Parts: sequence; C-alpha cells; structure tokens
Amino acid sequence: MKIVADKPKMLTDVPLHYCPGCTHGIVHRLIAEVLEELGKVDNTIGVVPVGCAVFGYKYFRCDVLEAAHGRAPAVASAIRRVVNPENMIFTYQGDGDLASIGMAETVHACMRGENITIIFINNGIYGMTGGQMAPTTMPGEKATTCIYGRDPKVNGNPVHMCEMLATLTGPAYIERVACCDVPNIRKAKAAIKKAFEVQMAHKGLSFIEVLANCPTNYHMTAVESMQFVKEKGIPFYPLGVYKDITKEEK
Amino acid sequence: MKKLWKGNEAIAEAAVAAGCRYFFGYPITPQNEIPEYLSWRLPEVGGAFIQAESEVSAINMVYGAAAAGARAMTSSSSPGISLKQEGISYIAGAELPCVIVNMMRSGPGLGGIQPAQGDYFQATKGGGHGDYHPIVYAPSTIQEFVDITYNAFDTADKYRTPVMIIGDGMLGQMMEPAEIPPMKDTTSIFQKYNKDEWAACGHSDGKPRIINSLRIEPDENEEFNIRLFKKYEEITKNETRAEEYQLSDAEYVFVAYGSVARICKAAVVELRAQGIKAGLIRPITLYPYPTEVIASAAKSAHVKKFITVEMSMGQMVEDVRLAVNGLKPVEFYGRCGGNVMMPTDLVKYVKEGK
Repeated sequence: MKIVADKPKMLTDVPLHYCPGCTHGIVHRLIAEVLEELGKVDNTIGVVPVGCAVFGYKYFRCDVLEAAHGRAPAVASAIRRVVNPENMIFTYQGDGDLASIGMAETVHACMRGENITIIFINNGIYGMTGGQMAPTTMPGEKATTCIYGRDPKVNGNPVHMCEMLATLTGPAYIERVACCDVPNIRKAKAAIKKAFEVQMAHKGLSFIEVLANCPTNYHMTAVESMQFVKEKGIPFYPLGVYKDITKEEK
Repeated sequence: MKKLWKGNEAIAEAAVAAGCRYFFGYPITPQNEIPEYLSWRLPEVGGAFIQAESEVSAINMVYGAAAAGARAMTSSSSPGISLKQEGISYIAGAELPCVIVNMMRSGPGLGGIQPAQGDYFQATKGGGHGDYHPIVYAPSTIQEFVDITYNAFDTADKYRTPVMIIGDGMLGQMMEPAEIPPMKDTTSIFQKYNKDEWAACGHSDGKPRIINSLRIEPDENEEFNIRLFKKYEEITKNETRAEEYQLSDAEYVFVAYGSVARICKAAVVELRAQGIKAGLIRPITLYPYPTEVIASAAKSAHVKKFITVEMSMGQMVEDVRLAVNGLKPVEFYGRCGGNVMMPTDLVKYVKEGK
C-alpha cells in the first residue's frame, strides 16, 4: 500500500488536547513539516507558553522547555547563548502570553535581534482561561471581561504586533498569515519555512503572526470561526510581509 | 595569592572561577559591580552576558541557560529580587541549578540603598509561590563570599536546585584581601552532573528532554512536592553550616548572620574584656537553618539567654525561638531602614538590657 499522506515524525502520538476546530493543531503540524523539510528536527529546541499551547511539550518530538507566562523570548534568548549556532530555537506563544504579559520580553528579544523564530498565535482571546479579553481582541468583539464588546474608551485599544515590531531595527523577518482556509494555510506554511530559513542563515529574529480561531470561546462552530477570522480578523489585521531584511539585502 | 577585592567584584570573579559562563541581570544598587564586571569578563572566557529588560526577564534567562545545561547566575538587590520570585519558583519547580545573589537593601517598597536584612523571610521561606526553598548562604567576609560562590555552583548542580547567596551593601561595597581559587574545568561539569540526561540543548537521539514545572494531575504534583522535600531533608543533613564563636562557656549568646555577625564578634571581644562571658552562633546557611547548633546551646547549663541581632524588625529571631523551643529566653536587638548597630550598642544592651 502506498502512503500518500502521513503525520510528520516530529509530532508525537499523544492526542492533542485542543478543542475541535481549533487551529493550534494545524500550526503544530506546519512547524513539524517545515522542520522536517529543513532537516532540523533533531537539534531543535522549542519553548512553549502558558495558555492553550501549555502542553506543547507533549506534542513536539524535540527538546522543549515550558516557560513562565510571557517569558519564552527571554528563555529562548538565553538558550541561544548556550547552544550551538546550528540549533534551531523557536517559541510558540499566544496573544495573552506574547502581547500582554510578555510584551517586554517580546519587544526586547526583537530589539536584540536574537537569532530565534517566534510563532505568534493570535486568536484575539484568552482561550485556556475561558474567553477573557486579549490585547488583540478587536473593537466590538465580545469576551467574558468585556461582555458588551470591546470598547476602546473603556477597555483600551488592541495592538498590531507585526506593524509595531516592524518599526524596530532588530527583527530580520516579520509576516502575518492566517489559518482560515487551505490557500491561507499553505501561505502560513511558506511563511514559517521562510522564518526558519532566516534563522538557519543566522540573519536574526523571525516573527510569524498566525491569525487563528477559538470556536469554543467565540461560541461558534468551527466553520463559523474560520469565517470570522476571514471576514473580521483579516481586514483588521492585514496579512503580508512587514519586514524582510533578506529582500533589502538583494 | 591574596588581592584586595571589592565584595561584588570578588563574587563575580569567584563565579567565573567556578565555571559560571552566563549572567543575566538588571541594574540596581548596591549590586551593580557584579553585572558590570561580568559584562566584560564573561566574553573573555567564552561566556555571555545580557543586560536584560527587567529582573523578570533576567531570571527567566537564567531558567533558559540552566535548562540548556550551563552554569548561570543572576544578582540583584531587594526590590529586584521580589521581581525574580516568579522565575525562582519555576526554577525550583523545574529542578534547575543556578545561583542568585541578593545584596539586600532596606524596605519595604523602594526603601533605601543602605545595608539591611529584611529579606530573610523571602529568602528562606521560599519567596515565590508554592512549596519550595532555595539553599541560602549568608557569608560575612569577602573571602567567605568567594569560597561560598565558588562552591555554590557545585551544590546547585548536585541537588539541581536554586542557591541564593545573600549579603548587603556593606559587604558588596567593602574591600578586603581575598584569594580567588583556581579556574574549574568547565568541560567536565556537563558530564560530571549527568546533564546530558535532562538538559534541553538540542538532542538528536530521539528522546526529547523536557524542562517543565507543570504537573496538572494532583497525584503527580503531590508526588513531586514530596520528592522535593526529601531532597531538602538530604540538603539539611549534608549542607547545614554555622560558625560557633566563644560558645564553650558563653552565658550570653548572640545569634547573627552576615555583616551583623562581624559586629557581634567585636561586641563579644569587648564584653569578654569586661569580664562578661558572651559568645556567638553565626548561621552560614540560613536554609537549611542550623537548628541543631542552637538547640544544643540552649541545653547547655551555662547559657543564660540568646540575643538575636538583625538589621530588620526581627525575622530570623523566629527560627531562633523555634530552635531554642522555650528552654531559654530569646531576645531581639535590631536596627533597620539602613541603620547599622555598633558593637558598643550591643555591649550596652547586654549590660543594661536595652
């Protein structure tokens, strides 16, 4: 029998704990596929966050550290000093982790231009704790701590991480992608691959923001949540490459 | 060969000699000479220094470097140590080795930058969340800071636990002759402590090393806590240290650590010159606490009372009372806010009871 599709070897056989319809599993797979294609599975070190991906260490077949909430970029920066330059290092962080409690760690790792890859899952909500407002919850979007919808006058404004980080000298590559349909998932994979290639070339920090969903806390079906990302998320958080020093070098 | 060393710089060089190659810190008085020194010294020996964006980041960088198998260190002073507590708890929870220096200043809040010992509870009772203790050393001379720092990395690696060394601005800033021990061979440390078994440094043998403090199943987490405390029992058995000074016939026993113990020694000398039999117990480890040394003194017929002397409103005195267990009176003499007692203050206290 000919195998036409298989699970990446970098993913373990542990069943994912993510809710049905959640895109975390897709992004895990994309990372695994990319690292396998680049031949980098064996010497990769992952740093996983606090949030829905807190069990990430069970799913990736590589050395993994579980970091305190928001601290993954600081942890990864130190690992970068210790290990071989050929080791791939990535952090995998949600919006509360990366853009709220870990904002300082994120910005300063980017300022230093650490040779690491940051995968930023932006679904605009705190998933694991049950649907509270995130730093990326859009105006009007409901959450359990802004039940009438986010009102910037009351709750403050959301942050556009790619746009903000692109103003810094340190990062080498910044791109925002979405996980809402097959064409976009293919683009997301290409972006993640580019990010790791930038790291392999020792060009500096690569940052991929993935617009993701949260059907459970959006109170939507999986399909509706994908539609929501496509119709509301992408117009508010435009997709594209925000910084690419490899292009500038050409 | 002995050289004249400033306390903070001596600690920094002793750490280098001990094989520490990574330091992560953030400026705060009175410990700045440690990061300043290591910022140029570590690259000389193939290590690295990062001036972190915050104390929180600095301790999490220590977490990362220690997890990858390196000898790593941070230092700070009281308000900065408060910020590090999250990371110290995670380091204890993930069983990682590291060394943390606290050059204490007065508090609470921003307090002042003068010497104080108000962080005793924070250092010895855990400090951060959850059931854990770092090993806590309280040296009282620059040479002792050097020796303890030099060995602290071995102790941290042996037990896979955070080790804290506490001093104050007086000890950090003063200069004394001290000898730095020879440079340790860093290449053998990784093998010696079997770090290949657990360090997350990018393995290619198909067996992922996981560094983690998440134990979401109650039984698993309880089992871990019990195992951690068995380790602390072992540490208590093997690592507890205290100095006894003029104790064999002492009627008045001072209990003090760090710089205050030196002041107490001067008071003991003066009291004995005046015919009053004073002595001193100086805990060198604050966790594990030398309870047995104090308990044994409490049983001695010649001991009339204990006087705990601290630069705080009275923190270690609680552990002295627990050790004495009602056998003898335990009194407290303290100065705080950055004020330092004089030996004459202690002589007067013993003679006049105030």
